[in-house]
Amino acid sequence: MADSNARKGNGFFAKLKERLTKSRSWLTGSLFGRAIDDETLEEFEERLLTADVGVEVTSWLVERLRKVKGGSAEAGTEALRTALLELLRPVQVPLEIDPSRKPFVILVVGVNGTGKTTTIGKLGHRLRAEGRSVLFAAGDTFRAAAVEQLQEWGRRTSIGVVSQAPGADPAAVVHDALAAAKARGIDVVIADTAGRLHTSKGLMDELEKIRRVVARFDPSAPHEVLLTVDASQGQNALAQATEFHERLGVTGLAITKLDGTAKGGVVLAIAKKLRVPIRFVAVGEGVDDLAVFDAEQFIGALIGERAA
Amino acid sequence: MFDTLTERLNGALKKITGRGRITEDNVRDTVRQIRMALLEADVALPVVKRIVERVRQRALGTEVARSLNPGQTFVKIVHDELVHVLGRDQTPLRPKGRPAVLLLVGLQGAGKTTTAGKLARYLSNGQTSEVLLVSTDVYRPAAREQLETIARDIGAGYVRPASDNPREIALEALAEARRRASRWLIVDTAGRLHVDDEMMAEVRELHAAIDPSETLFIVDAMLGQDAVNSAKAFHDALPLTGVILTKADGDARGGAALSVREITGVPIKLVGTGEKLDALEAFVPERFASRILGMGDVVGLVEQVQRQIDREKAERVAAKVKKGKTLDLEDYKDQLEQLLGMGGLASVLEKLPGVKPDALASAGFDDRQLRRQIAIINSMTRKERRNPDLIDGSRKRRIAAGSGLQIQDVNRLLKQHKLLAKTIKRASKGGLERALGGMLRGRGGMPFGR
Repeated sequence: MADSNARKGNGFFAKLKERLTKSRSWLTGSLFGRAIDDETLEEFEERLLTADVGVEVTSWLVERLRKVKGGSAEAGTEALRTALLELLRPVQVPLEIDPSRKPFVILVVGVNGTGKTTTIGKLGHRLRAEGRSVLFAAGDTFRAAAVEQLQEWGRRTSIGVVSQAPGADPAAVVHDALAAAKARGIDVVIADTAGRLHTSKGLMDELEKIRRVVARFDPSAPHEVLLTVDASQGQNALAQATEFHERLGVTGLAITKLDGTAKGGVVLAIAKKLRVPIRFVAVGEGVDDLAVFDAEQFIGALIGERAA
Repeated sequence: MFDTLTERLNGALKKITGRGRITEDNVRDTVRQIRMALLEADVALPVVKRIVERVRQRALGTEVARSLNPGQTFVKIVHDELVHVLGRDQTPLRPKGRPAVLLLVGLQGAGKTTTAGKLARYLSNGQTSEVLLVSTDVYRPAAREQLETIARDIGAGYVRPASDNPREIALEALAEARRRASRWLIVDTAGRLHVDDEMMAEVRELHAAIDPSETLFIVDAMLGQDAVNSAKAFHDALPLTGVILTKADGDARGGAALSVREITGVPIKLVGTGEKLDALEAFVPERFASRILGMGDVVGLVEQVQRQIDREKAERVAAKVKKGKTLDLEDYKDQLEQLLGMGGLASVLEKLPGVKPDALASAGFDDRQLRRQIAIINSMTRKERRNPDLIDGSRKRRIAAGSGLQIQDVNRLLKQHKLLAKTIKRASKGGLERALGGMLRGRGGMPFGR
């Protein structure tokens, strides 16, 4: 299978930033050299809105900018950067694998098509590169060939996959994986789950059941409930995160598909409302295209480079 | 949600009420509210701007009916514009040739493979053996197995050529479809980013090789602002003939549909509404416009009310209320009968956002109640209907017996009527006048539907 998108070199975030700002950076655009007045405020507003930041957070940010009215656009960008850092610094908390929890259980959840399985493959690869032993649990027993997809990732990353027949109870699959991991002394279990819309009550109940089964195995588990958020999605991602969080207690986010022209601004709304740590960002289909979230870099990519 | 939008527009339009026309000056706040509402629904900013400008042009000079709230007038204008954008030149799916070739393209995770399976069922009306499916996704692990499994589940044909080249795979599948004399060939492709030049070139070549009669862009209904960029890039690269919206069974407002439609001009043909492979439906512009605005089918409701309401009777009631007279039981009966004439309470209320019919039934608001109340009033003398205060214990017994109901039922009716009469009297003096007055008056009260 061709890994056509795995590109090497020049730093992950350079790549991210390059992709995010492909169109034009804010300050090299029409804002350059201007003062903050009503017109430039409107321009800031529009740029935030087109980055999917959402009306509420955008209004909040524009209010912050209004305070530096009369200053230069560069000053405005700095004010914006400061406000965004206030928002994102607190959620820049990397995932720590507690070695005393063995196996450390990561439950990966999210809406259909947001990139759960791909993220699991990359995360497994990353953890293995750190010298940990990993086991995948094929908890998506619903979607056709979801198990095969995870198994292929298992082959690529030399990670074992515990699975059952299609249509099996996902909680049972996860339980099997935990038992197997314990018996084999595995460090980390990453459990895949079927994609589901947060509005589907039955399927959300099913996730709670998986969670309960995991907790029965080890009361401290799952140690991480990782939600994948698709950066190309709009304001509904906030509703998704909210509902998944209420049901399961999400402990971390992975922002996926940041390699398009979408800027993932809805992450700001999620951070503001839920204050859940953002663990990773993903920018491609290659096994290395998963990086630890860095607020400053993310903001740089979102609003363009620091004014020279 | 509709309430919020309408209320917000009402707030912004307060100044206009009673002044007759919408003008440049008094419309600015309203336009901003509409802009925000569309942005919250994930309609892309450039599209929002175009739509808002057209709405502004249409709204200018429009008379705001005194009796109804101006917010509704405005929402109707916006709604009409959205329907226009979503529905213009709407054509159904029309795959031609034998085999009729359909090519599915889109971003990663849009739902192409699932849609391929749904489409096979949808097109063939259950005769799935006449459909041949093929996946040209050589990148995503197990993508081909996924479509193969789906094909098996629904009884459609599946080919898996040995090649790892998407174009060759598609060509071999086309040859196979001809051999089998399949009616349809559905070609699934790998998800790709619109900025990935290599991958976009690949799908262009694939398209040129098989020359499909339908090239369908599969779009996630939850997509954000970037929908315009991806849609434009795909449209520039390929002659798209239609759009299929996926994952529309969630609570996303689906503004992406509007963005994609406005930017590409390509009609939205189908909507995916669930996990099951039969969850694919025709796209209904009216319904989707309401959804984007976050309202139930309120416009439909208002039009229905307007059609059904007996103008003359409504006029009479309105005149009475205006003169400060009480609504008598005769009037009350008219209102109940009109409600039943509109298909009953449930049919009216289910069109309102956030109203669950069963919740209403358990609260005692059902059509049987309406019919009983009418029966009770029918058992009254004309005098009693005009002047309910006359009804004493012995009259109540007679009325109950005449309608086949209990005295408690008669009491309940009298109490409800009294409450309504009081409400209307109060409303006619205060803030509710426009809302209730409009409902009762009918003429001039409903700016919609004409």
